Amino acid sequence: MNVIRGYKKDDEEGGKSGPFQNLEKSTVLQEARAFNDNVLNNKKCTLILTKILYLMNQGVTLTPAEATQTFFAITKLWQSKDITLRRLVYVSVKEMAKIANDVIIVTSSLTKDMTGKEDQYRGSAIRALCVITDNTMVQAIERYMKQAIVDRNPSVSSAALVSALHIFQRGAVEIVKRWVNEAQEASTSDHLMVQYHAIGLLYHIRKHDRLAVTKMVTKLSRSGLRSPFGYCLLIRIACKVLEREERSSNNMLYDFLESCLRHKNDMVVYEAARAMVNLSNITARELQPAVSVLQMFLSSPKAVTRFAAVKTLNRIAMIHPDVVTSCNIDLENLISDTNRSIATLAITTLLKTGNEASVDRLMKQITSFMSEISDEFKTVVVEAIRSVCIKFPRKHHILMTFLANMLREEGGFDYKKAIVNTIIAIIEENSEIKDVGLSHLCEFIEDCEHIELATRILHLLGREGPRTQKPYKYIRFIYNRVLLEAATVRAAAVTSLAKFGASCEDLLESILVLLERCLLDNDDEVRDRALLYMEVLKQKQKSLSSAFILNPISVSVVGLERALLAYCSQPNDDPFDIKTVPIETTPYNETPKSIGEVTTGGSVIKSAPVASKHDIFVEQLSAIPQFSKLGPLFKSSDSPVELTESETEYVVRCVKHTYLNHLVFQFDVTNTLNDQLLENVRVEMEETEGFSIISYIPIASLPYGQPKTAYTLVGIEDNTIVSGTFLNTLKFIVKDCDPNTGEPDDDQGYDDEYVLENVDILLSDHMQRIVKPNFAASWEEIGEENQTEGTYALSSMKDISDAVKQITGFLGMQSCERSDQVDHNRTSHTLLLAGVFRGGHEVLVRARLAQTGQVTMKMTVRSKDLNTCELVAAAIN
Amino acid sequence: METFEMEPSLETVKAICILDNDGRRLASKYYDTVTFPSLKEEKAFETNLFSKTQKANAEIVMLDGLTAVYRSNVDLLFYVIGSQTENELLLLSVLNGLYDALSQVLKRNMEKQGLYEHMEVLMLLLDEIVDGGIVMETDPTVLLHRVAVKSEESGFSEQSVANVFQNAKESLKWSLLK
Repeated sequence: MNVIRGYKKDDEEGGKSGPFQNLEKSTVLQEARAFNDNVLNNKKCTLILTKILYLMNQGVTLTPAEATQTFFAITKLWQSKDITLRRLVYVSVKEMAKIANDVIIVTSSLTKDMTGKEDQYRGSAIRALCVITDNTMVQAIERYMKQAIVDRNPSVSSAALVSALHIFQRGAVEIVKRWVNEAQEASTSDHLMVQYHAIGLLYHIRKHDRLAVTKMVTKLSRSGLRSPFGYCLLIRIACKVLEREERSSNNMLYDFLESCLRHKNDMVVYEAARAMVNLSNITARELQPAVSVLQMFLSSPKAVTRFAAVKTLNRIAMIHPDVVTSCNIDLENLISDTNRSIATLAITTLLKTGNEASVDRLMKQITSFMSEISDEFKTVVVEAIRSVCIKFPRKHHILMTFLANMLREEGGFDYKKAIVNTIIAIIEENSEIKDVGLSHLCEFIEDCEHIELATRILHLLGREGPRTQKPYKYIRFIYNRVLLEAATVRAAAVTSLAKFGASCEDLLESILVLLERCLLDNDDEVRDRALLYMEVLKQKQKSLSSAFILNPISVSVVGLERALLAYCSQPNDDPFDIKTVPIETTPYNETPKSIGEVTTGGSVIKSAPVASKHDIFVEQLSAIPQFSKLGPLFKSSDSPVELTESETEYVVRCVKHTYLNHLVFQFDVTNTLNDQLLENVRVEMEETEGFSIISYIPIASLPYGQPKTAYTLVGIEDNTIVSGTFLNTLKFIVKDCDPNTGEPDDDQGYDDEYVLENVDILLSDHMQRIVKPNFAASWEEIGEENQTEGTYALSSMKDISDAVKQITGFLGMQSCERSDQVDHNRTSHTLLLAGVFRGGHEVLVRARLAQTGQVTMKMTVRSKDLNTCELVAAAIN
Repeated sequence: METFEMEPSLETVKAICILDNDGRRLASKYYDTVTFPSLKEEKAFETNLFSKTQKANAEIVMLDGLTAVYRSNVDLLFYVIGSQTENELLLLSVLNGLYDALSQVLKRNMEKQGLYEHMEVLMLLLDEIVDGGIVMETDPTVLLHRVAVKSEESGFSEQSVANVFQNAKESLKWSLLK
């Protein structure tokens, strides 16, 4: 069939098909028999071998048997002296090595060619040889490789260097390290590419030796190179060094970068310019020279050069928009560039650097070709709009209109998500425009194919809608979803409706009618939700509505599943206690974002990895028998605390885990001495009031360079004490050992110890952050009868925003309703915090701050558990 | 929008593709097995690449988190692909090296048919220009020398026949003038 169809195609193309169209694998492999002829026809063999390579390149797969057979036929071609044919043989050997068996048999032929007289063969033979040689055999060709690296012929030397790097990355590290001297010699070669490859190999070998890398860069940057590629590589290495060190200590490397801006090759100039942009904490003044060269690139006739320049300038505009202002005229010329990518980048750069008056014009320009650019660049535009929003709040209206138009256009999920995120960010920043923004989003969900976005918007409507002037106008949009969408969206819509019912009394009756209609839905979840909400709403009790509708439980779903499984597996008469389920962790940096924070990245929400971190700890800890009876893990401290300086003999990090009545200290210990083997390693802690040491779990054996973990289990004796300081000592038995093998010299070791930094236990270790979307409702739910109040003078804090930061961190609670955002120049502020105390007791804090000379605070704590209330109140002292 | 992290490495090229004007692969080399684990991903990428570049001759395009620089001629499209953070001018120099070397071999015949006729040269060129993602050489003259394109190979092309004819005519003229 295939063949017949093929012939037809030929006719259409006027019979212009060469030997490469409609190739059949079996035919070609058949033809390869000609390789076995006694007298080879070079031309014919070349064509057949090319056909085989072409077929493989097209993606036709050979079976190992076919490949092996063909490979053996190819080996016969070594008799031919035809250069092209022989070179094709080398290429085929590399291709065949992936599938055929016994390719190793050509080792001697290749070794002969690699050391032979014919220069045309040598480089290619080396590369083929290194592909078929496995790591254990490299030793056999070591001598030839060393010679080849320093060969006078550049193709030979380059081939050897590049192959050495491949071998190095394949894992034969030690052997390749022995070739450093040869590589060093090659790095002074007159041939451009040889020099480049040699520097590359040297860097890979020395990558982990900071001192050697620094030395190499310093030396090469002083002596200068010939190869432009070499310069690019050297610039990247120099940046790596600069990133690690304080820049002030190595001004020479910085000067080197600057000198590269004057190189005669554009590639090097561009590399240097973008390298400078990437340096952290570079100042606007230092960037000036880089901006000047990029400005020249903007008027280059080559599109690639213009693209490179405008892309980099766009990036500079994010950090130092002022420096780029000088390029505005050149950028203006690019906004109608035929390459739409360049035009888009130019416009988005101008949006960041230009003044308020130019925004309208630029937006108009970009609208004209929005439909022509790819989704990637549309997202760039959206990001730019986001940053314009920060700069010019007065432009919110026009930008919102633009975003709404973009929402209506075709586009992929990521693009739509970026738009929705931006609109939400604007709504949160500017309450005047909330109504308009919500209406746009309502319109969007009327015809939205992305379930994730639809549910997100419905959730937002439920939260923000009831607080607007005319909440009723959103009901229609939400109820439409109940009628038209998938089950997930319908369920979200029901929840959203219920929130309107709970917050707006005048709408309650209508909402109840709508919810009643949802009882006939054919999805279980939708019906369940509707029924629950109806019953709750009918009670007309604020505390009930708050607990079930406005601020639903915030446990981690994974944790809930685990806890329920455990509960079901053990027959038990007690009811299931929801308080034993770990709380959904809300990482500290995920608090409601201001628009500014989001401009730099698409990574807006990353809750998944955080949840898995908790799961990893749970898994590790529950595997240890001593800890299995402690109950569920309540909380783990966010980042490990260093108990040693980073460059000492032993490195110890501590993570604190909190259980209902216990603390587990996890010590990650690394031994950095290669001539020592440590045994029975444990961290001994001194008891402090309210806490008792129960047991130690030591590390049996700790060899050099492999981090291992010791644990200390501490019991919480007194529930009224939450803080304390532990003095720690690392104790172990030292055995001296051979640095190379790690074998101890003798079995007898000696005891030794090492003093570590103290570990503090604070209130925040007992506290888990939770989000209360409707703080006031929860506040009323707990009620006035469960509260303590106190007034404090915070003399150590310099202003209100400082106090907000410190109190939030100290209590380890979540700020709600964006109360962590403090307006400057305000003399009073109310901070709202929510958290769950160890044992599952919810705590809410309302702190009224005022500044009159020093900061004073009136703090009200509410919790149904009185002990918790007092602990939190007492902790501030 | 993106991170500009540049780990110093010799491996700078992720792929080289040569497609025809229907988007069919004439020859492709992929060096990054993480981004392109199998033929399926390669083909999908080529389809996407072709659809984004066939109309506008823009020389450079970003897609799927990669940067592709390209050149076209008659019914051929040449692409060199690197990471989004790669130095675009470096990729361009690889592209130009390949393109110029090939155009010296194919001469005026820089189109699909001509390429088929010199497929073996293309295979060798691809092998010489980049090895496992590492740029080996970009100077077209050096490249041609390395793949050892012999002068007699192109000796029987139409052009040289015409040359011989011309020479013969000239010498005949001279002999008649004498």
